[in-house]
Amino acid sequence: MKVLVTVKEVAEAGDDFAIEGTDIAASDLEYDLNEWDDYAIEAAVQLAEAGIADEVVTVTIGPERTEETIRMALAKGADRAVRVWDDAFEDGFSDVAAKVSTFEAVVEDEDPDLILGGVQAADTGFGATGVALAERIGFEHAAVVNALDLDADAGVAHVHRELEGGVEELTDVDLPAVLTVQTGLNEPRYASLRGIRQAQRKEIAATDLSDLGLSADDVESALTITSMYEPESESDAELIEGDAGEAATRLAEVLREKGVGA
Amino acid sequence: MDDVLVVAEHRRGELRDVSHEAVTAGRALADARGGDLHVAVIAGDVERFAEDVNREGVDAIHTVEHGEEFDHNVYQAAIAAVLDRTDAGTVVIPNSVNGLDYAPAVAEAQGLPLVTDAIGIEYDDGLTVTREMYGSKVETTVDVTGDRFVLTVRGGEWAPAEGVGDAPVESVDVDIPESGARVTGFEEVGNGDVDIADADVLVSVGRGIEEEENIELVEELADALGATLSSSRPIVDNGWLPKNRQVGQSGKVVTPDVYIAVGISGAVQHVAGMKGSDTIVAINTDPNAPIFDIADYGIVGDLFDVVPELIDEFA
Repeated sequence: MKVLVTVKEVAEAGDDFAIEGTDIAASDLEYDLNEWDDYAIEAAVQLAEAGIADEVVTVTIGPERTEETIRMALAKGADRAVRVWDDAFEDGFSDVAAKVSTFEAVVEDEDPDLILGGVQAADTGFGATGVALAERIGFEHAAVVNALDLDADAGVAHVHRELEGGVEELTDVDLPAVLTVQTGLNEPRYASLRGIRQAQRKEIAATDLSDLGLSADDVESALTITSMYEPESESDAELIEGDAGEAATRLAEVLREKGVGA
Repeated sequence: MDDVLVVAEHRRGELRDVSHEAVTAGRALADARGGDLHVAVIAGDVERFAEDVNREGVDAIHTVEHGEEFDHNVYQAAIAAVLDRTDAGTVVIPNSVNGLDYAPAVAEAQGLPLVTDAIGIEYDDGLTVTREMYGSKVETTVDVTGDRFVLTVRGGEWAPAEGVGDAPVESVDVDIPESGARVTGFEEVGNGDVDIADADVLVSVGRGIEEEENIELVEELADALGATLSSSRPIVDNGWLPKNRQVGQSGKVVTPDVYIAVGISGAVQHVAGMKGSDTIVAINTDPNAPIFDIADYGIVGDLFDVVPELIDEFA
């Protein structure tokens, strides 16, 4: 079977950052592979190693810059990548439907049996693209999967969904399906030197909307970010000052008052 | 189409609190739009849940009896049917694990914009949602085009609806398509050797610990304080501590006398699991870390400097 993995490069802000307009200043952002997607890549590569997946293809919506992140996925064992970008994505904030329209077109080209992606993106935190995509393309789905056992012959994925409060739901999902992957599903590997070398030769197909038979109208977003600000701290904590030794002495006093260490 | 539909959430026989909170959010939206508030109660003991969710401000309740537990196919079909038979054009859904298993599909099927994880809403000609980005470092306001939408609301951000309502309860017959995803059971994460929910004092370790071998340092602190060791999610994801040590939304909810957060930034999912602690102490290098918003005592500093000194104090 063929596995398609949705991979996002996410932006992360350091401890100090400035807000310019409706986003964090580009110079204060660092880019990395979305943590949740790392687990999805690992799950797909493990399916390939187990002889269940014949091919693992990643798909990313992102500018040329993201190829460094995509190479990481290839170095970890994905076979090839599709990168979609277009001027239409440059301005504004893509909503879920815009991403789904893009992925739908890629799914038509690739015809996967299983689509894996992270539960959410670390930067925007919508947590919605996978399930919306499943609805659009008529696949089954399961969100927030933290255990996966694929029975390819039966065409069923036995999954656990991680609910709140230490409870997991056991669900059988018919293929083809979209599964959104929670952290902790597996142990994502580090790319080996050999993997990194091999990744240089793997294909990243750069694609724009017209290549996919889409136009800018198809990815028009219904959402606009109108402001961004740092939330006001509600802290009324007593901040303990001084060097580490002084702070520890004061904290020890506080803790002893609360009966700790007695 | 000014009416608003709220979808109640329940699990294993219990209506979940976020249902009442979603009613409050839905009522505010319905007021701003000049519409009625409908609530859908789907699967399980619908009559009991309907009675519980029938609070002040609810105008109509629609029940769909089908199976005991959550099944997204049932929810999707039931919501489509309720939207069909009412004037509700907008849907409010709890931003829970199950909410995220059907809300995006509802938005997609109805062709409506979706905004998830709302922490605030304003409605004035159109919807403006407040939500977080960049791992809770910033808040944003998001304007939504059009007057219909699907919204998921974060738990704990709206007060639960109160009082006793007198909304009529109507049962709805819905043709449910055969499901390609079947729930076969539930599993609880075992307590193993220790139940952190029983501890009076917890020393809790997070990402700031950097390496597995550094866990020993906080273990030493826990020993010195006579405390139990717990952790935030990344530590468990990395396999450095077992799952039964995890505090947070998907782990354990704890309410110890003293909770000492070491190298934990305080993401909302973690805070949900420990904000009820009597005294919260935070040690973190980032003065803007959200953990300081709920801490009673804070040390802005490097845990690798502070923790050894603190161990010495109790040695």
